[in-house]
Amino acid sequence: MKGYRKYFGKKILWFVVTFVVAVILNFILPRLMPADPVAAITGKMAQGMTDASAVQEIYQRYQKEFGTDKPMIEQFFIFVQNMFHGDFGTSFSQYPRTVSDIISSAIWWTIGLQFPAIIVGWLLGNILGALAAYVRKGFDKVLMPVTLFLSNIPAFAMAVILLVLFAVNLKIAPVSGGYAFDMIPNFSWNFVRSVITHYQLPFWSIVLVSIGGQAVGMRSMSIYELNADYVKYARFLGIKDRKIVGYVFRNAMLPQVTGLALSIGTMVGGALVAEIIFSYPGLGSTMYEAVTAADYPLISATTLIITVMVLIVTFLLDIIYGFIDPRVKAAQFD
Amino acid sequence: MKNILRQVLHSSKFVAGFIIFGLILLTMLIYPLINPGNPLEMIGVGTFARPGTYVSVYDSVTTDTRTFNLSDAEDKRLAKQLSDEDRVAMLEWFGAMDIDVSGLDVSDTDALLDLWRAHYDPDARPAGMTNARRNYFRRLNNALLELEASDVFVLAETDDETGELVQKSQISKTDYVNVNDVANVKTLPLGTDNFGRDVLKELVSACGTSILIGLIAGVIATFLGLLLGLLAGYLGGLTDDLIMFVTNVFTVIPSFVLLILISYSIGQEQRGATVVAMVIGLTSWTWTARSVRSQVISLRNRDHVNLSRLSGHSLPRIILTDILPYIASYVVMAFILQVSSGILAEAQLSLLGLGPKTTEVPTLGLMMNWAMLYSAHLNGSWWAYFPVILTITLISFSLNLMNTGLDQVFNPTLRD
Repeated sequence: MKGYRKYFGKKILWFVVTFVVAVILNFILPRLMPADPVAAITGKMAQGMTDASAVQEIYQRYQKEFGTDKPMIEQFFIFVQNMFHGDFGTSFSQYPRTVSDIISSAIWWTIGLQFPAIIVGWLLGNILGALAAYVRKGFDKVLMPVTLFLSNIPAFAMAVILLVLFAVNLKIAPVSGGYAFDMIPNFSWNFVRSVITHYQLPFWSIVLVSIGGQAVGMRSMSIYELNADYVKYARFLGIKDRKIVGYVFRNAMLPQVTGLALSIGTMVGGALVAEIIFSYPGLGSTMYEAVTAADYPLISATTLIITVMVLIVTFLLDIIYGFIDPRVKAAQFD
Repeated sequence: MKNILRQVLHSSKFVAGFIIFGLILLTMLIYPLINPGNPLEMIGVGTFARPGTYVSVYDSVTTDTRTFNLSDAEDKRLAKQLSDEDRVAMLEWFGAMDIDVSGLDVSDTDALLDLWRAHYDPDARPAGMTNARRNYFRRLNNALLELEASDVFVLAETDDETGELVQKSQISKTDYVNVNDVANVKTLPLGTDNFGRDVLKELVSACGTSILIGLIAGVIATFLGLLLGLLAGYLGGLTDDLIMFVTNVFTVIPSFVLLILISYSIGQEQRGATVVAMVIGLTSWTWTARSVRSQVISLRNRDHVNLSRLSGHSLPRIILTDILPYIASYVVMAFILQVSSGILAEAQLSLLGLGPKTTEVPTLGLMMNWAMLYSAHLNGSWWAYFPVILTITLISFSLNLMNTGLDQVFNPTLRD
């Protein structure tokens, strides 16, 4: 157990350190901007006002609300303190809703959409890739270029294509939103059905995009493993093909798990943009609205939440990796 | 070197990718020569003009005409005038009048009109039909009659003195002009976008800017990654620990989030295409750094490197002559991937509204953003977004093909 404890301890330490850096970056980057954000917001609010003292009043009020009148270090501690209370301030564009309220209603849509889609895409891609490597001839020749081409369609482009094809032209799926626009979220059968029909297109667009990349990677890994010495040796020993394929698949999977951990950030980024196309009520659309409305507290909180989500998933994948990687397993017998 | 080139050129994947990418580059260079001018010029009024050739009506009216008696001209004219909606409405009338329409093809204008002429009765009052609907059918019938009856259009001009209309000339149904004689004919192969700009011209220019963004981002990311990877791998010790700490942290924090934060902080005004490219480059070097480091570590203690070190060669010289050539192939592949992901990153940023500022140059992402903002995908204006999607996909497909091809050349185990 000692090996495991050391491995997990190291991972947890990394998780904490990265989290701290992410929070610091999230705090510092917007404050590095050359223009004074408070002045920019005041300028927007005070448009058409002629009374200088009124503008001054607005400026000071915002300064107080954001705490920019205090020194940077103090601001940072207030920021961290509020963050742990789940307080990200008030949204500008959806005043008087608080940022944490907006995010807590959006986050479940994103989690519900992206993680199942990425996992399904990852599984399907790996199965296809392994098949392509094992069958090679024919299957490999026709399917691979197609998959390679598909894998290069960006997530948002796939979203647009599916949307135009199935929602606008064939009219078999709704065009936008997470549920019918005339409904109020509740737990009735009608609402659930509406959510499911709205779920289809965003889900498949993410799945289709992630299949390609995973399949290509898995195929190369499997081919590499199939040519490895241990496979040849096993063949000479007369071990059944099915058993060998099992070993090969398992060995080829390991880098794919790491690959997923490393690329989950990129995938989430792409999927967030795909959300915008469908006006899916998740974090991607929230971020888009926040950017359009220059809603600074909302942008800051959304990016932080996304970072934390990706951090947690990466951490979990690392833990899983620890269990399935024989090298980590071997370490506990040291 | 020569041998490697020959091997690379033998890889069908690399060659295919290279040709696609080359063709895109060639179009980018040649098309502006054929069709010069500012790609952001708004030539059209109104949004989303369909692709096709536009003939100036004013000029064609004043151009010399020839007379042709074409037998199918009248049918074509009627078929064009009769919209799908009208055809469906006609069926509705037949249904209301209990007329058998089985076997009738709605797209067959002749049959439809024959049936219409035979059965339409302006005074009939089909049960359940509102007055407004009956008036609609009356108007439809009148329009059809007019189309069949009128032989000429009269061109008239207002007399400056009396204010009366004076007939200038007549246009009959059999008048034709040669398109080559008309002074103003504009072909828009991809129509216009929401601002009335020539999509093809915009696309070619956007493609250039996007590839440039990708190149700048790729150069910065590869350079940074290479430098940090070399230092970390070769020097080891504290330098390695420090660099790897930063690298690990930035691999886990999604670069997309960093991009958003930095782009937002820079502000719309300062965000030119170059700045966006640099930001993308600055946020995407981690992969290269990690891989370069691990390769350098395996090279560090090879005999030739040790020999070089014992001979007292300087650090830059060892890195340049003894280490770089061994990882050059990897660096080239990483660079290609960086370019492709840089182009994609720009597109995603622009879709979020955080792309380069919109007034200077078009980029693929901005074009996509405009098309989505003006709901081109919902109103059927495929020419405003589909070519953009195709271009992005083709660029990244060709770059990835080249990368896969190189990979197979340098890693023989992957060969087919």
